[in-house]
Amino acid sequence: MLFTSYEFLGFLLVVFLIYYLLRGKAQWSFLLISSYVFYFIADPRYLIFIAITTVSTFFAARAISDKKSSFDAWFKEHKKEMEKDERKAAKAKAHAVEKKIFLCCLLFNLGILAVTKYTNFTISNINSILNAVGNKGTLSFVDLVIPMGISFYTFQTMGYLIDVYNGKFEAQRSIFKFALFVSFFPQLVQGPISRYDDLSKTLFEEHRFDWRTVSFGLERILWGFFKKLVIAERILVPVQAIIQEPDKYNGWYAFAGAMFYALQLYADFTGGIDITIGVAETMGIKVTENFIRPYFSKNIKEYWNRWHITMGTWFTDYIFYPISASQFMMKLSKKSRSVLGNNLGKRVPVYLSSFIVWFTTGIWHGASWNFIVWGLGNFVVIMISQELEPFYRWFHSKVKVAGTFGWKLFQVIRTVLIMSSLRMFDCYRDVPLTFKMFGSIFTKARLSQLSVNAFTDLGITIADYVVVFIAMVILIAVSLIQRSGSVREKIAELSAARRFAIWYGLFMVTLIFGAYGIGYSASQFIYNQF
Amino acid sequence: MKKTKKPVAIFLIIIVLGLFLATKLLEPKYMTGILEGAMIGEYYDDPTDHNVVFIGDCELYENISPVDLWKEYGINSYVRGSAQQLIWQSYYLAEETIKREHPDVIVFNVLSMQYNNPQSEAYNRMTLDGMRWSDSKIDSIKASMTYEEHFIDYVFPLLRYHSRWSDLGTDDFEYMFHRNKVSFNGYYMRVDSRAPDSVPEGIPKIDYTFGSNAYMYLNMLTKLCKTNNVELILVKAPSLYPVWYNQWDKQMVDYAKANNLTYINFLDHMNDIGLDWSKDTYDGGLHLNLSGAKKLSSYFGKILQEEFKVPDRRGEDKLEKYWSGVIKRYDKEKAKQEKNLELYGSVNGKKK
Amino acid sequence: MNELLEILSDLHPEVDFATATDLVDGGILDSFDIVSLISEINEEFDVTIGASELTPENFNSAEAIYALIKEKLDDED
Repeated sequence: MLFTSYEFLGFLLVVFLIYYLLRGKAQWSFLLISSYVFYFIADPRYLIFIAITTVSTFFAARAISDKKSSFDAWFKEHKKEMEKDERKAAKAKAHAVEKKIFLCCLLFNLGILAVTKYTNFTISNINSILNAVGNKGTLSFVDLVIPMGISFYTFQTMGYLIDVYNGKFEAQRSIFKFALFVSFFPQLVQGPISRYDDLSKTLFEEHRFDWRTVSFGLERILWGFFKKLVIAERILVPVQAIIQEPDKYNGWYAFAGAMFYALQLYADFTGGIDITIGVAETMGIKVTENFIRPYFSKNIKEYWNRWHITMGTWFTDYIFYPISASQFMMKLSKKSRSVLGNNLGKRVPVYLSSFIVWFTTGIWHGASWNFIVWGLGNFVVIMISQELEPFYRWFHSKVKVAGTFGWKLFQVIRTVLIMSSLRMFDCYRDVPLTFKMFGSIFTKARLSQLSVNAFTDLGITIADYVVVFIAMVILIAVSLIQRSGSVREKIAELSAARRFAIWYGLFMVTLIFGAYGIGYSASQFIYNQF
Repeated sequence: MKKTKKPVAIFLIIIVLGLFLATKLLEPKYMTGILEGAMIGEYYDDPTDHNVVFIGDCELYENISPVDLWKEYGINSYVRGSAQQLIWQSYYLAEETIKREHPDVIVFNVLSMQYNNPQSEAYNRMTLDGMRWSDSKIDSIKASMTYEEHFIDYVFPLLRYHSRWSDLGTDDFEYMFHRNKVSFNGYYMRVDSRAPDSVPEGIPKIDYTFGSNAYMYLNMLTKLCKTNNVELILVKAPSLYPVWYNQWDKQMVDYAKANNLTYINFLDHMNDIGLDWSKDTYDGGLHLNLSGAKKLSSYFGKILQEEFKVPDRRGEDKLEKYWSGVIKRYDKEKAKQEKNLELYGSVNGKKK
Repeated sequence: MNELLEILSDLHPEVDFATATDLVDGGILDSFDIVSLISEINEEFDVTIGASELTPENFNSAEAIYALIKEKLDDED
């Protein structure tokens, strides 16, 4: 069920109505049923995967939690009788069991993710190696089910497991509540990756119909549809035309393709998240934000704090920190300092951890070298900007541009250009082709490519480009307004007539100028497979 | 409570009105170019006590001229035809027709037996959009939808036609709330002629049996007419192409026999009708032009009157008045087409 | 405390760490800084800070960081 399908809207309406007819526990129970129905409609086979992850993690986390609390109780009582060494040993002993359960569950679930998503990628790499060494035999690919949103719910569930293991909170006692946390349908398709302590605050509460909350949610949904249908679906057409014929569309086309794709991905992904958050909000549930105007970032590091935030913090908290705070890294740090000197040596652990994080981020996005190179591209850019920091400090001490509008604009454009260039790995078939197309921007860009007719061959008309442009202006305007606080709060303060005019205007614009239905190809979320 | 009610009501009115106007504006009008899309909708404005109603595809609405049937025999008839009308669509049109009036005779053209499944969204639209809402329309939509279609798109045509915002023309504004008549009791007039160069041979088929779905609707049509005491006549219009295979013909002959129906294959009567393919078709043998349609109507009218006792209703005040209006339009259109043909070489008046 | 402040101002000379209380939430310390910081602390104070302790609350002010280090030091003996 796509977010932009009649089925989804119908499903939503039914869920919404029944949700508010129910009271108390029945509300979240109903959401659990709805989420499983949602998943069932997509493909009944998916249910097995999500159920296995749910059940295994639920019991593992509960066992860990139980061990922890019984040990704590025992330890409190016996603490005074023991010597320091004994205390340490007792702790370590209790901890060892927890660790075993934890690792089993973690590896098991990551294993499912790895097998479903990466088996064929591994096979294709093995085949290339076999071919390279002259072996003619190849392994055949396996036809595997990749459950919808498996990367998202696996990460969300593992985050919960790690938090319980670290004693951040106690395990959830109800398997049904936990199952809802894993499968909550608005965020099943494309995230965000919620944290248990955050989502559970509002997920299981009773919610009475409240016009303000509901209208805010609806507004958010509408805004998401506007982004997806008016902008993303429309601009997707030329993007696909450009990337499908790299020989024909190089130079300026490749550049335009990268720019269009940046816009497409932004509108599609943030629009999808708007719908997710909006849907949850109409039911009084607060799903965490995933974007804060990322293209307004002044550098790439900041960009990654503002784009797909829940994924970024997940990688930071559960991969980057554990690796860089590990005993191994501490030892490595000491060693590298003594060998390379303090200044250079202290960089080694940070950079190594970053490298691992970005490699993982890349492969999480998709089982292909394109994504791995894309991830590492981000790593390289961030490292360079990190290393350039002293230079920037020196530069700003000499030239007083910091804080000026021109400098800020330069930073925003730089962010957009760098991110769009990296995203080209997303578009083209393989890594060499991506480099070739990127190169063509500098070597094959001819002015003759920029005639008016050039871009109308790409499947949409001038009128469509005009619509995209105007919609983009609206998007930027809304983002600018957002800097001083929630746009919806601002709208809520307007008179009823004005509020109505805004809502209705947005509704009609989306309805008429949205690229949906027959005549526009059916749309799939780009983030669906992740 | 009262305070909030008033603005809410106003907002609701604005919402509905806005959607209504947008729908009216963006709907295709079919007033120039593809006129076929407007034909189904026209039926509802006319008097509804036809003695004969023709239901089917282009082989009826381009080949049978009710005006000529009236002029020659006083037969009060209507063609409920549309482009690539599929048999289930014909069935539901017949069902609706019988509910609205109660004709003595329904004539169905059997060429559409060749289609067993939904074909094309665009043609569906031309047949279905014009129908008024009724159970028949709902059932017809359900039977006709292709895989990519949604029922809700028919309920709210804006969902289907919203993308026409970039093709809006003067027609869309001019015909927002009214339409002109494009047909003459369902007849689509063409006065030009283009003789066939060569008639393509039929491609041999593996299986000539009509599909089970097509048969199901033919059975339903037969039953519908029998229970309502309407005479059902099956016809195959005289066209050189598409090929009407002998194997197909035999099935219809057998079907008519088994069900005690009349089946007339006009392809076997072409000499009696007096068709001259060098003059009587406007598109190389697919469809007849006005001259051909007049000949076929004259021939078929005689059968209807003599064998099926369809009454001559000339002299009825109301009908005379109605028909003289249609004839006036008919003559005007004929003169216009002839003039255009002379001046521009095309009936549409556009330069070639 | 002074050693800690020294480490911190090595990272960001422009910040007054003695008074700032929103080092993480205010975006002054990012994940890189925190990781550098814990390795410096490890070097200087010989205490190991685990990944689960890398929370905004523990790193929002120099005082909080120092408290964390002290707790660790106390735990060690």
